[in-house]
Amino acid sequence: MSFVEAQRIFVTYGDAPILERVDLSVDEGALVTVVGASGCGKSTFLRILLGQERPTAGEIRIDGMPLAGEPDAGRGVVFQKYSVFPHLTVLGNLMLPAEFEGSRFLGRLFGARRQAAREAAEAMMEKIGLAHARDRYPAQLSGGMQQRLAIGQALLKRPRILLLDEPFGALDPGTRRDMQAMLLDLWRETGMTVFMVTHDIQEAFHLGTRLLVFDKIRHDPQFPAAYGATITYDIPLKGRHAPDPGPEDPMTAASPAGILPLAAGQSEIERGDEPDA
Amino acid sequence: MRLINRHPSRPVRLALGALPFALAIGAYAIGSAIRRAENPQDKLLPSLASMGEAMWQMGFVADRRSGELLLWSDTLASLERLAIGIAIAAVLAVVFGALIGILPIGRALFAPFVAAFSLIPPITILPILFIVLGLGEAAKVGLVAIGTTPLMIRALAQGVLDIPREEIVKAQTLGASTWQIAMRVVFPQLWPKLITAIRLGLVPAWIFLISAEAIAATDGLGYRIFLVRRYLAMDVILPYVVWITLLAYLIDRGLALASRRMFGWAHLSGDAL
Repeated sequence: MSFVEAQRIFVTYGDAPILERVDLSVDEGALVTVVGASGCGKSTFLRILLGQERPTAGEIRIDGMPLAGEPDAGRGVVFQKYSVFPHLTVLGNLMLPAEFEGSRFLGRLFGARRQAAREAAEAMMEKIGLAHARDRYPAQLSGGMQQRLAIGQALLKRPRILLLDEPFGALDPGTRRDMQAMLLDLWRETGMTVFMVTHDIQEAFHLGTRLLVFDKIRHDPQFPAAYGATITYDIPLKGRHAPDPGPEDPMTAASPAGILPLAAGQSEIERGDEPDA
Repeated sequence: MRLINRHPSRPVRLALGALPFALAIGAYAIGSAIRRAENPQDKLLPSLASMGEAMWQMGFVADRRSGELLLWSDTLASLERLAIGIAIAAVLAVVFGALIGILPIGRALFAPFVAAFSLIPPITILPILFIVLGLGEAAKVGLVAIGTTPLMIRALAQGVLDIPREEIVKAQTLGASTWQIAMRVVFPQLWPKLITAIRLGLVPAWIFLISAEAIAATDGLGYRIFLVRRYLAMDVILPYVVWITLLAYLIDRGLALASRRMFGWAHLSGDAL
């Protein structure tokens, strides 16, 4: 049985359909990369998985259970920006999850429990390579360091699902490669399921075990907002938890046979079903 | 080099900053000298020396009637009213600003009321305050509080809403409850905004303080100015106005400095006045 299951998800903002008929089932431990044009609803889909938004229709189940209606500790998230707390140092940001867990009223720990939280935070700091920046505030960190901090902070809760919304979109190419390597290491180590929205198609092929393409299958040239998007390609890539084959031509990973023309085929049928719109 | 790229060095900057002050004082001195040449008894533009003399009397010679040093007792009385009024406004602003900013339910409940309340011209409430609270301190403090609270509530509610949504969502994924988000994410980021809100609120606060003192008081900076107006005592009024301005400036700079000292993280990027 699959770990994340989406059934006939529809999302409408006012009159404008954003997503239509999104069906998806993902196994635990997959690294799913999501690409698509701007405004195609891929970030909306991520926010639905997060619980920040609810679908207009349809259902998402995680491990057989309906998705909670709000974000919780079961799903970690890293956004492109603003994913860390500007008023806390690197250490403070990394201690925060433990402080939330250990102190319901103040959200602050003292004494031995604080010491334990600090040690856990320092271990994570080593892992994400920010030990030298322990007492700096996020505004004093580079973009790459901020995102490393955001990922480390999210992982402290050991979420089974990590959602990444263009996490490396604002980084320079060199930093981006380092961050991709770090993400792969952490993913292999934790065995968590990752959904990553990206604009970078190379990144999507390089990192993912599965690539989803969101696009509109129907177009009304007179009224581009008439139809929502859905998953048009669902491409299996490298095997689950396979060792990183290193830099390879990303295109060879996806043989043409691997591309499932399923959604495209469906659209033909649906077009026939649809009354004139 | 284009004018837009010319940056004055520090001494030049200080000199440029001082220039308008020097010009204003110089223009006053000349105007005063011209008027006094025509009429040595002129009251409208007293000489700088006679203003200095009047202020010496106010600040360092005990008043014959009350035995007090009037400048200092007036200043103390006014600052006390200002401080209490602003403190009340700040507490209300933090509570309601947070409720409106953090909770959608709080926003639905209070935002329309605060928006409507903030449109009442506070000075029209002053007679009501005098009737209900009497002519004592409570009415004057109340006017300062009422005049600044809606503005500060709205500034702080906006301050909470300006915290990126991503941070609030991230905190939830780290397991935080609503209360914990308020305690560890919202309030710590609200304190520097409270200082900014107080600096904004002080501008109307001074207006309402002086107004209330002018109408019903027995001491205070506003009371003194309106009292000596009857004798056309410009030699007291003008220095008092300068003194009030100086106090307002020092309080503003002090708050700005305190914010930088206490909340350094909030001042790491961008320029601020």
